[in-house]
Amino acid sequence: MSRYDAIIIGAGHNGLTNAAYLAKAGLKVIVVEKNEYIGGAAVSRELQEGFKYSSCSYVCSMMRQALHRDLDLGRHGLLLVPYLGTVNFGDGDERLFSYHDEEATHHELKRHSPRDADAMHRFQTDLTRYSQFIRKTLLRTPPDPTSFKPRDIMEFLYLGKQIWALGEKEIYEYVRFFTMSAAEYLEDYFENDMIKAAMASPGIIGTALGVYSPGSAYILLHHVMGDVDGSIGAWGLARGGMGAISNAIAGALAEHGGEIRTNAGVQKVLVRDRKAIGVVLENGDEIHAGIVVSNLDAKRTFTRIMDKNDLPDGIYEKARNFKIRGSSGKVNIALSGMPKFTGVPDNKYLNRGGQAFTGSLETMERAYDCWKRGRWSDDPFIESVIPSAWDPTVAPPGQHWMSNFVQYCPPTLADGAWTPEKRDQFGQTVIDKIERYSPGFKNLIVHMEVRTPHEIEQEIGLTEGNIFQGELTIDQLFFNRPFPGYAQYRMPVKNLYMCGSSTHPGGGVSSACGANAAREILMDLRRTNTVPEDDFYDE
Amino acid sequence: MSKISATDPYAGERLKLSPFYPRAKVLNIREAWAAWNGYKFAEYYYDAEYEYFCIRNSCATYDICPMQKYEIRGRDAEAMLNRMVTRDVKKIGYDRVAYCVWCTDEGRMIDDGTIFKYADDHFMLTCGSPCTAWLEKSAFGFDDVTVTDVTDAIAALSFQGPTTCAVLKKMGLSGIETLKPFGIMRFPFHGDTLTVSRTGFTGDLGYELWIPAALGLQLWDSLYAAGDNYGIQPFGEAATNMARLEAAFIMPAMEFNEALRTVHFEHDQTPFELDLGWLVDFKKPHFSGRAALLAEKQRGPKYTLTKLDIEGNKPAEGSYIYKNKRCTTEIGYVTSAMWSPAVKANIALAMIKTEHLQGELWAEIYYEKELRQYNCVAKCTRKEKPFWAPARARATPPPDF
Repeated sequence: MSRYDAIIIGAGHNGLTNAAYLAKAGLKVIVVEKNEYIGGAAVSRELQEGFKYSSCSYVCSMMRQALHRDLDLGRHGLLLVPYLGTVNFGDGDERLFSYHDEEATHHELKRHSPRDADAMHRFQTDLTRYSQFIRKTLLRTPPDPTSFKPRDIMEFLYLGKQIWALGEKEIYEYVRFFTMSAAEYLEDYFENDMIKAAMASPGIIGTALGVYSPGSAYILLHHVMGDVDGSIGAWGLARGGMGAISNAIAGALAEHGGEIRTNAGVQKVLVRDRKAIGVVLENGDEIHAGIVVSNLDAKRTFTRIMDKNDLPDGIYEKARNFKIRGSSGKVNIALSGMPKFTGVPDNKYLNRGGQAFTGSLETMERAYDCWKRGRWSDDPFIESVIPSAWDPTVAPPGQHWMSNFVQYCPPTLADGAWTPEKRDQFGQTVIDKIERYSPGFKNLIVHMEVRTPHEIEQEIGLTEGNIFQGELTIDQLFFNRPFPGYAQYRMPVKNLYMCGSSTHPGGGVSSACGANAAREILMDLRRTNTVPEDDFYDE
Repeated sequence: MSKISATDPYAGERLKLSPFYPRAKVLNIREAWAAWNGYKFAEYYYDAEYEYFCIRNSCATYDICPMQKYEIRGRDAEAMLNRMVTRDVKKIGYDRVAYCVWCTDEGRMIDDGTIFKYADDHFMLTCGSPCTAWLEKSAFGFDDVTVTDVTDAIAALSFQGPTTCAVLKKMGLSGIETLKPFGIMRFPFHGDTLTVSRTGFTGDLGYELWIPAALGLQLWDSLYAAGDNYGIQPFGEAATNMARLEAAFIMPAMEFNEALRTVHFEHDQTPFELDLGWLVDFKKPHFSGRAALLAEKQRGPKYTLTKLDIEGNKPAEGSYIYKNKRCTTEIGYVTSAMWSPAVKANIALAMIKTEHLQGELWAEIYYEKELRQYNCVAKCTRKEKPFWAPARARATPPPDF
């Protein structure tokens, strides 16, 4: 039996980040991972020779610059490259191009609606302003609203000051933002339905909400508050795939002396005298440690690897009712050449961006209707990107791989459980839709990996395949995440912590959850803090 | 040589065009032109940051036709160069390239450049600014040396980035993977010779391609055909400046002011001040500036060019460096600064008074936010190594990407 200062369960990017910071503080840490590979949902795997799929997450914008810099991830092989334009596909022949250059985009928007082209400036400005405040909270632990501890009171004062500095009008706007739907929010800016659909799509990505569902406006903000090198709202791709992020963090962890054990699924967290003392692995091995940190989602942590009897009253029920709904599928496709899309010029810079099959607000809402009825959308929203168009390391020269994020796809079907046949039918629906816009697309397909929420849960361990480890609705955000009273990374069993996206600030490859949890742990252990206190990228 | 045009009264003031211009024109979709040595020269083609990332992620070309190129031939060529530059030219191997600087008698730096040694009596010197007068002055007293300006006769492309070796292999330059850094190889090309040196100004894997000007477009077309699936993209001055700063390479009019164009006393620099002491060889025979440089070496340079990692994310452009946080004792100034997207650090080169190098360093940074000026004081950490130095830049054979 081995003994460590800390065991981190799950080698996803947050678990690795948490471990790296604990190791940096001098703790003897081990990360245990059920899969034979690390990375969780930030992973790249070669399932077809020569093609390296980022099987789950596929683009990056949330990664905190302060952590990237502090852990020296560049030296550990991470290069994040901002991607260029986007093509939005309408229901019919219409196309909306978002160019890398703002003024070129303005002229393109004008083609659809002169009014909306102008409104875009106000929209982007407003979103940037809202992001400013949220961004300030990302690398901070949420205060407990019921606590009278000086620390919590000071934190509330800090937040109050930040909000007040926005001006009176914005305070009302914030309340609206957290409760509105993306579609309603966009009404105030745009008239053109295709533009509205394009702008609304970040509001539904990863969530079981529709464009008209209250709460989707915040999801929209969550997706645009990141940045690449200070350019807020920009998205980037990791050279070598999203796995390069996890590998770089693992490199930093190794540098500080941390260990990773793969093929080491946790069967149970050991609790004695209401204190976590270690874990039992699926192979029966016991590992003991002063603290245990779970990078699993809240539901999985408390209903799968904890004994209900070890938990205080009510926690099991809270975890069981934790809103973590699968809504998305992922279809990764290896292609023998670059697909051509009708109505899209052969502009290599546009190719180096994304394709979004957004159609109209109605198409997106109807896609959501299917989910509600326990079916995958027959005309789904697809957000695609072809990373190999600019990353020479992920496909053979001249060949490509295309990442397709698909909504909606339910975790369980109305007509019974997922089967390989149904999974393939879902994949067929996706490529049928792409073929509509890219005749001949199917002939280019060399290999396909179809992932429904079922596969995502089975492989990655995200309950229901929810990419955020729990819905990002206001009842589960900030000091309510994962549960009210437990937002400061300490869990109801002593010496047990959580560091995954089920905690503040939620989903996305940000490393913020893992870093914030490490800061709290080090505080409890009275160790010198090794975690950057604040994001230096604040202005 | 250029004639007065009968039809265009402004011909004398128009920019000259590089042999690659017909292709570059098509690819410069943003019409972002600047000038270098009187040539029409791209500031960027599409987007500076994108082009920078091509250098770091795939491959990209930089038109170095406007760079000055001199052929130096004759029995005394080596001796003449050896008297001019501070490095020992005798030590340069055949088909090797050496980075060099040359100075005035006072040891102030005139320019930097590269010397290509083709044979004992055949060299090429490249540099940023025209240098014929100084070369002729340096040739004074030598019997058998001729200096020819071949700038317009040679078309040259700098080809930089992690996929460059793979692209050159694809282009049919077999054996290119065996070429070591600073080496030179030749390949038959359309009945002539393509010279390839493993050199560049980006700190990354890269090559420079040299071809008679008449074959420039053929070279461009062959390279772009081979590079099509490897992310090839032209880059301009803006991306170059980003990449070279990450590699901590010096730039004229940024880190140094050419001595022959410096009005004010000691507003030019010495190699020691520029942290290029390793280029000065006192063991070789006499060279321009030797006595002054020897004295400076013993005394220590007044300033030392220093690599800084600065806290926060505000580029310290034009900042003063202080020895204390209160900014009461000024000890230097920043020459170049930027946020490095690859390293994710706020980097800078700064001239700092040598005596203060070991102490605390603080930069006072001014920045603007929606028309309002702000300032902050940021702690600086000295770096010994270049900010960006990937293993692939030195590896032979280099990886394919």
